[in-house]
Amino acid sequence: MTTAKAKTATTEAAQPEESLSPLERRLLNEFQRDFPLTSRPYAELARRLDSDEETVLAALAGLQRQGLIARVGAVVAPHRTGWSTLATMAVPDDRLDEVAALVSGLAEVNHNYEREHDLNLWFVVAGWDQAQVQSVLDTIAAETGLTVLDLPLIEAYRLDLGFPLQWS
Amino acid sequence: MELNDIDLRLAAALAEGLPLDPRPYARLGQALGLDEAEVIARTRRLIAAGVVARFGMIVRHRPLGYRANAMVVWDLPDARVGGIGQQMAALPYVTLCYRRPRRLPDWPYNLFCMIHGRERAAVEDLVEQAAEACGIAAAPRAVLFSRRCFKQRGARYTPPDDAGSRDTEAA
Repeated sequence: MTTAKAKTATTEAAQPEESLSPLERRLLNEFQRDFPLTSRPYAELARRLDSDEETVLAALAGLQRQGLIARVGAVVAPHRTGWSTLATMAVPDDRLDEVAALVSGLAEVNHNYEREHDLNLWFVVAGWDQAQVQSVLDTIAAETGLTVLDLPLIEAYRLDLGFPLQWS
Repeated sequence: MELNDIDLRLAAALAEGLPLDPRPYARLGQALGLDEAEVIARTRRLIAAGVVARFGMIVRHRPLGYRANAMVVWDLPDARVGGIGQQMAALPYVTLCYRRPRRLPDWPYNLFCMIHGRERAAVEDLVEQAAEACGIAAAPRAVLFSRRCFKQRGARYTPPDDAGSRDTEAA
């Protein structure tokens, strides 16, 4: 178990994109949606990429190891299998590392970013139901002594559908 | 679509990610007591019902050079926010678009969108283009670029008895 800070550092690695093979680039770009629902989906990817299953699996493992893909998986639409919210706090600069680590350390928090605003810490809390999410927000407020603004989704006009990367 | 307990557990497992194994659905099913064909059929239904918004590579954009990631927020009249939100969502460079509540006096904004890019100036141009395209160039807005990413991973809908637990992976 490492610290939240150490994990942050690894996401800021030097640009690895120049070293990506054509296969890796296509894996990143062409399968952000509609992943094959077949018995051997990686073999299906290989077929479309004119490669083989073993090479595709090795390339995906490599991309994951480099932190370029988080996973091959589902993005669940908000409020369909539980409750989630976007929350924000205005954290004094000299407390930001400490408060960010506390927030990241909670299992229900899945995104946590510093942003350029007086409200400088932005995070997403997801849970079984609204009561669970509320109790996490209450815990954060109580442990930090800071006000937490709760900004739950009212209506979604565009969900996370992925987007094509443009190689520089 | 009525979701039963198995669907919820499957959706959670899919959100955690498929194993990098030649038969990932069979492997996933082992933990859920489902055979491969049933995992595939149920996954297909979750996607068709919109419970799963997308299914595939979850790319980390920052290490791939997308470092100018802006959350753009707008203060729009409540009567117009829905129509404008739809319009904005159709712009090719807008990757997320949600209506959220104001929290006055600290937070007057009710429409949120994300624009990802490599260069800050290019993203700022896109924000201006979006404002023009939606006819809201005069509306109050703020552009909140991300500085540090402390944590990014899939949502985990954990049972209530685990609430408030420490995240042993994230840390």
